[in-house]
Amino acid sequence: MSAPTGAWTTGRLAEVTRDSERLVRLRFEVADRIDHLPGQHYVLRLRAEDGYTAQRSYSIASDPADPLLELMIECLPDGEVSSFMHAEARVGDEFELRGPIGGWFTWAGDVPALCLAGGSGVVPIVSMMRHARRLGVEHLLRVVVVGRTLPELPYEDELVGRADLIALTRENLGSRVAAPPYPDELVDLVDGVDRAYVCGSVGFASFAQRVLGEAGMRADAVRVEQFGATS
Amino acid sequence: MAFTRGFTGKRRGDRAARGDRLPPGQYDTGTDWPTLTAEATPRATPEGWSITVDGLVEEERAWDWREAHALPGSTYAGDIHCVTTWSKFDMRFTGVSVDTLLDAARPRPEAAYVMAHSSSGYTTNLPLDDLRGGKAWIVWEVDGKPLSVPHGGPVRLLVPHLYFWKSAKWISRLELMGRDRPGFWEANGYHDRGDPWLEQRYQGDP
Repeated sequence: MSAPTGAWTTGRLAEVTRDSERLVRLRFEVADRIDHLPGQHYVLRLRAEDGYTAQRSYSIASDPADPLLELMIECLPDGEVSSFMHAEARVGDEFELRGPIGGWFTWAGDVPALCLAGGSGVVPIVSMMRHARRLGVEHLLRVVVVGRTLPELPYEDELVGRADLIALTRENLGSRVAAPPYPDELVDLVDGVDRAYVCGSVGFASFAQRVLGEAGMRADAVRVEQFGATS
Repeated sequence: MAFTRGFTGKRRGDRAARGDRLPPGQYDTGTDWPTLTAEATPRATPEGWSITVDGLVEEERAWDWREAHALPGSTYAGDIHCVTTWSKFDMRFTGVSVDTLLDAARPRPEAAYVMAHSSSGYTTNLPLDDLRGGKAWIVWEVDGKPLSVPHGGPVRLLVPHLYFWKSAKWISRLELMGRDRPGFWEANGYHDRGDPWLEQRYQGDP
């Protein structure tokens, strides 16, 4: 199935929720919106009065059937776009948006899959979860998320109770002692899936691929979306 | 186009410092070198590496690690630009000019496009002209050090005048073609040519 690609359009900010000091949830009314596939992203472009622009890509968190387009943006210390959206964006503001983009890291609700996401890498996975719920195919999607602490995890409220495993690395969760996921915690989840989606920082993605391999996941069935810097 | 209320741009310093070396919509990533990969990173070694030039050529040719190093060396010193909007300045890559490989294989007159293949299964398509005339390399060294596997080592393609997804990591084959056909990202919505100065990011851009 070929993924849709959209052109530049305008998005009017309809809802802003500052989930934490580092996370802002933005919901846009998008003109001439093209339905996305869960896992795709949008480009957000800011334009100063003199024509100077800055643009970044952000994963979509919403289900395609959601009347609004939802992005969750993590504020980065030097982030020109993310820090502006945190500090300045208000309901009613208009933004240049382009999307949906990306046809590889997508899940259409058609094949059994395992998602392994770290930190803000959960955003496209949330889109997949919401999609699965609406289609009534939640049994096809297994979700493992890794975070430092529960409050730092985006969409904590939707993940608790839904994710098959939440692995916290800096605090205990129930009887689970803080640690990244172990291969033996993933063996049963890998069993029977056709595809794995890995999303997170470069360091996380590298860890995730290794631990999935140790749990028995075929490397050529792993799709990766990674972000962030390495020197 | 309307402007964004309240936005002044706090990274203008990039543009001021880099002047006309920063393509539109890009920022200076500084000392960071982000890695972006769609597939699982393969286990790649110099001993296991080779490159083949085939398709519409007079003579199919292949080089392994040792043979490639015996070819005349060539260095690119300059900038690279990623479609995810970072640019990295004053890098130094060492390897062999793609001209050297093409001259040995001798493209047939009808060859006009190239599909670059990686050992990971990744592909990207380029016009043949973008690989000739001193504009493209296969490289195994960056800033004096061996290219790491996450950055495409032991050997990657380097086409620095185009967005960096065209510089295929873990390069294993250059297939010369008479007609263009989309590679991996190109089939997923990205531009067939990818000139950063024209902002050819996605299909449909000029």
